[in-house]
Amino acid sequence: MKPNDKQIGSSLNRVDGRLKVTGAAKYSAEYELPNLTYGVLVGSTIAKGRITSLDTKAAQNAPGVLAVISHLNSPKVPGFQPTGKEPSQPQTGGEPLKVFFDDKIRFNDQPIALVVADTLQRARHAARLVQAQYARETHQTNMVAGAKDAFLPSSAKKNPKSPMADYQRGQPDAYQTAALKIEQEYVIPTEHHHPMEMQSITAHWEAPDRLTLYDKTQGTIGTRRDFAKEWNLPEDHVKVIATYVGGAFGNALHSWPHESAAIIGAKVTGRPVKLMLTREQMFTMVGYRPYTWQKIGMSATADGRITAITHESIGQTSSYQEFTESTLQQTRMMYQSPNLTTRYRLAALDVSTPIWMRGPGEATGSFALESAMDEMAHLLKLDPMEFRLRNYTEQDPEKNRPWSTKFLRECYAKGAELVGWNKRQLQPGTLREGDWLLGYGMGVGTFGANRGAAHVSARLQPDGTVLLQCATTDIGPGTGTAMTQIAADTLGLPPERIRFELGQSGFPQAGSQGGSSTVNTVGQAVQDACLALKDRLRELAAPGTPAFATAKKEDVALTDGHLTLPGNAARVPFATLLQQPDAALVNVESKANGADKDKFSMYSFSVHFAEVAVHALTGEVRVRKLVSCADAGTIINLKTAANQMKGGAVGGIGMALMEHAVIDDRYGRYVTKDFADYHVPVQADAPAVEVFFVNQPDYHVNQLGTKGIGEIATIGVAPAIANAVFNATGKRVRELPITPDKLV
Amino acid sequence: MATNHDPDLPAPHDEHRRNFLKQSSLLTALALVPSAVVEAAESKLDERVAEAIEKIPLSLKINGKKHKLKVEPRTTLLDLLREDLHLTGTKKGCDYGQCGACTVHVDGLRVNSCLSFAVMHDGQEITTIEGLASGDDLHPMQEAFVKHDGFQCGYCTPGQIMSAVACVREGHAGSEAEIREYMSGNICRCGAYANIVAAIQDVKSGGKKV
Repeated sequence: MKPNDKQIGSSLNRVDGRLKVTGAAKYSAEYELPNLTYGVLVGSTIAKGRITSLDTKAAQNAPGVLAVISHLNSPKVPGFQPTGKEPSQPQTGGEPLKVFFDDKIRFNDQPIALVVADTLQRARHAARLVQAQYARETHQTNMVAGAKDAFLPSSAKKNPKSPMADYQRGQPDAYQTAALKIEQEYVIPTEHHHPMEMQSITAHWEAPDRLTLYDKTQGTIGTRRDFAKEWNLPEDHVKVIATYVGGAFGNALHSWPHESAAIIGAKVTGRPVKLMLTREQMFTMVGYRPYTWQKIGMSATADGRITAITHESIGQTSSYQEFTESTLQQTRMMYQSPNLTTRYRLAALDVSTPIWMRGPGEATGSFALESAMDEMAHLLKLDPMEFRLRNYTEQDPEKNRPWSTKFLRECYAKGAELVGWNKRQLQPGTLREGDWLLGYGMGVGTFGANRGAAHVSARLQPDGTVLLQCATTDIGPGTGTAMTQIAADTLGLPPERIRFELGQSGFPQAGSQGGSSTVNTVGQAVQDACLALKDRLRELAAPGTPAFATAKKEDVALTDGHLTLPGNAARVPFATLLQQPDAALVNVESKANGADKDKFSMYSFSVHFAEVAVHALTGEVRVRKLVSCADAGTIINLKTAANQMKGGAVGGIGMALMEHAVIDDRYGRYVTKDFADYHVPVQADAPAVEVFFVNQPDYHVNQLGTKGIGEIATIGVAPAIANAVFNATGKRVRELPITPDKLV
Repeated sequence: MATNHDPDLPAPHDEHRRNFLKQSSLLTALALVPSAVVEAAESKLDERVAEAIEKIPLSLKINGKKHKLKVEPRTTLLDLLREDLHLTGTKKGCDYGQCGACTVHVDGLRVNSCLSFAVMHDGQEITTIEGLASGDDLHPMQEAFVKHDGFQCGYCTPGQIMSAVACVREGHAGSEAEIREYMSGNICRCGAYANIVAAIQDVKSGGKKV
């Protein structure tokens, strides 16, 4: 490859592809450590109450068992203890579960004991020997019952300007008095992330005050901060390694009780403890998309102008911690509507705490909003795309300011062409192929184009390669590959001469991989670091070669082991520049986007089109085709970005058609506890997905022009499918998933 | 499945049964004398008896290399590979045979290694993802997965590739629909399904030995 070929916008193969296809990539439960032990958690079998006795004798006596740890004998974790400086009011929004801290049970399958043994088999066997007795209290895990006591989140009570506070423009609930209106309720059940790698950690106290964690986390810095605080250690005494993360989709954005438990286990035994949750424990110990009830009232004029929207939502949270998400954000800004009301509430249940799941609240909210848009279009006898175009917003109606960029119109046009929207019939149930009813639907998604601060270091190595380091992680999108491309273009080097290392807390700091912000944030820092490196090299070359003293950093080139200037004979060998150790090392901080953030509303946009076939007799739904179009700014790598869009669409199929966690409220325990009960899309469920990127830069977000794609890949997919099912059958399913029983 | 025992070795199942009988009779005797039972439990006698018979000899050929092992009968083939032999390319994704991340080849057939005990495979040949490439040369399926980006996080990938190789060898890669059906035992939560199909079709039509 010629060094001048642009890497940004290419389809470079993943830089870690070889390691992933040969099994050489190491995930958090795959590190060989001396004296390694295995931890297995025992979970409570009641949802609420107290542990009255815990018989661990048989487990302790079982072969190979090194420790059985519970609230009865757990060492004092400094971060769990009262400091004496607590505010008189409880902390806003509650606090995470403190594992093995007391005898209180807050949810079913709460970890109550950890068995540590010398082999996995022995630890697993001994865990089954632990016997608990409880004093039960009446629990509430039913959302319908819990919603009666729904409340405004503490963050909104404290701050009326919080995005979780009630929002109003124009007249409240103005739809109620209109002639043309709809009013419907929508429900999304609890859904689970279920990355293929179950949550795992290997905790190793390398010294009494030095902790190393090989951990499944989306943020090495956040995890380091949490456990440094928990053990009252300086942050640099805690090392977090997450070089490879086997998917996460949000559930590794938070530190969970099993991580604390493994660290306690390692402390007690003085040996490293490896702990991998079981698939069943993935339902209870690491968060989920909360069960959410929504209601939308919408009115419009006969010619299709929305006059009012009211969107209310109640999301599930735990009894001990408030979890909130932006379920109502899309409604406030997507369509013009002079009157708009949103109200967000929480219902606290005796369950574990939820966590953002891909496309988080926005995906939940867009199911209701985009279904309602389809319902209103149907009432008005309008094509749903035409209805959306009539209510298109040329500037942000929530903040009354311009979009940084918005190319959603282009997405509509292209998507309609690719899916064959002209085949869609206004009258549902019209298209038929034998026993199959055919339908077309669309759904729109949006997510904030966020950019935070990040640090990246860059170093010219004696062999002429450039090593970049950053604590960011890669849960699957291909972060290392995209960063390599950005560095290659900025430095004018072929990608083979760039090495981007990530996933260690010891590297320069960056935030967690979440909220579609990694390329926006770390990508800018990589570009800045590469330019800073060029400038440093220029400075190093200047004393011996004056041409460099006056050169611009952008003009400096790295050519065949020399620093050069185009159109100039000046050449300085790298060896000359590298005489001082660390001379050619820069460490750069790129700040979060500042002024532009207040002047413009920055969002990525997507629209998804679905073609479905519904069997007239059995109600089976087959998604035949999905078209996903994204206005996500500059696309760094077409291949990995398209893959991410396709993957998000598959996630949306799961949300629309199969994912449904069921709790038996009598026991407050999930009855769905593996992939036989909790269905996720498999190969046979996945259709061909066509992806279109507008690929127009948004330089208000960063100098690369990226906006982010991870969330908008999923947001809007479920309503596109639900709307297509309506178009095929005339049946409107407002409670996901759309299973055959709801269609026959 | 125990068809490949070396005829010169005593069948391990017989030995196992003898030990089991010894243990049962000991426990039965203890059961008749309640105080002795308590004493036995106190001194962990039952556990010691169990420990003595916990391990069973096992011969496996893994990725062309012979292994003489002693394993607990409750050890799954997956845990043996990952925890004892440090062949961590084979992944644990559910431990219930529902996700396919642990797929390996046993005597050429694809098997969920989490669903079979290691001792069931005495004398058999196991191929894991680590044994698929020839030295530095990737197997065509591995090449195709890189080229078509048939993965994201990479965790299900070894199982997908082992399954994909078998799918082609079995003659189940004739069409996109057939591939989707015969690859449905391997879940990819990142959703790289379309790219996985493209990789398999590329290999199928590429004419290289699979």
